[in-house]
Amino acid sequence: MTEELSCQELVELVTEYLEGALPPGDVERFETHLAGCRGCRNYLEQMRHTIQVVGHLTEDHVAPEAKETLLATFRGWKRGETPPSPA
Amino acid sequence: MPATQLPYVPSSVRRPGEPFAMTGEGKPTGFTLSAEDRRVVEALRHGDETVFLALVERYYATMRRLAAVYVDDPAVVEDVVQDAWLGALQGIHRFEGRSSFKTWLLRILTNIAKTRAQRERRSIAFSNLVSDDVEGDEPAVAPERFLTSGRWVGHWAAAPASWATVEDRLAAIETQTYVAQAIQTLSPHQRQVIILRDIEGLNADEVCNILGLTETNQRVLLHRARSKVRRVLEQFINAA
Repeated sequence: MTEELSCQELVELVTEYLEGALPPGDVERFETHLAGCRGCRNYLEQMRHTIQVVGHLTEDHVAPEAKETLLATFRGWKRGETPPSPA
Repeated sequence: MPATQLPYVPSSVRRPGEPFAMTGEGKPTGFTLSAEDRRVVEALRHGDETVFLALVERYYATMRRLAAVYVDDPAVVEDVVQDAWLGALQGIHRFEGRSSFKTWLLRILTNIAKTRAQRERRSIAFSNLVSDDVEGDEPAVAPERFLTSGRWVGHWAAAPASWATVEDRLAAIETQTYVAQAIQTLSPHQRQVIILRDIEGLNADEVCNILGLTETNQRVLLHRARSKVRRVLEQFINAA
């Protein structure tokens, strides 16, 4: 039986755990701790929520002028033109 | 993230059954280009405007965010995106299919943004090395949240609460704004990694490839970035 994890140790292993990068023995220690610790279960849940919130940040849409410039670049490239190098 | 649907690429681009000429093909890179990426690259090589515009739209937010890590001025950010597309188009015939199209495109963007940052004399802000950013002590949770003595040393003194009942609040626009600001306060390396991993949804290998990071450093940067955003989010939720 390996030594038990403390909560302070567990929070530093959360990313490795979520990434599937923890060695099997450590996964077991991690999950054993979680099973008996509501605070750490909440912590893990908070991390999952955090990832979700970051993942939902609103997207920028391409401004029409930017699209026009890009399209001009594309057409120039198609014609084999070399555009002036950026200022 | 909701990917923009790519338009149908006419089959006239290539005859059915005709193999694609990706010069890197057959080399043991351990990477297989997806059928969609093959279509995209072929369409670009054939000058397909519709496909080009769909790609511009799809990668625009990511390209801007990544460029903004290096350069401040929104006009310069826009230039970097434009130059990256030009670089990609000029190099499309040399694309070897050793990574996904997205990885390849974002690597071009990163190189251009770096060069531009040096020219804009912003290299100081970005001069800290990855090693400085992954070494040293940066605890995920403030040490005072844990007991410092007794039988339960290292266990929660102030345990985190469940967020199951605040899901509406987590999804609120003001929360998003707050989180976006929190991401701005991260170190540049941490910011790059969280943008690519959690906003763009790239996998660890792709991010290592684009940013030239080792697997371990990528994970440490991601850990520090997510932990910090969680801390900020916790303060925000608790203050409500």
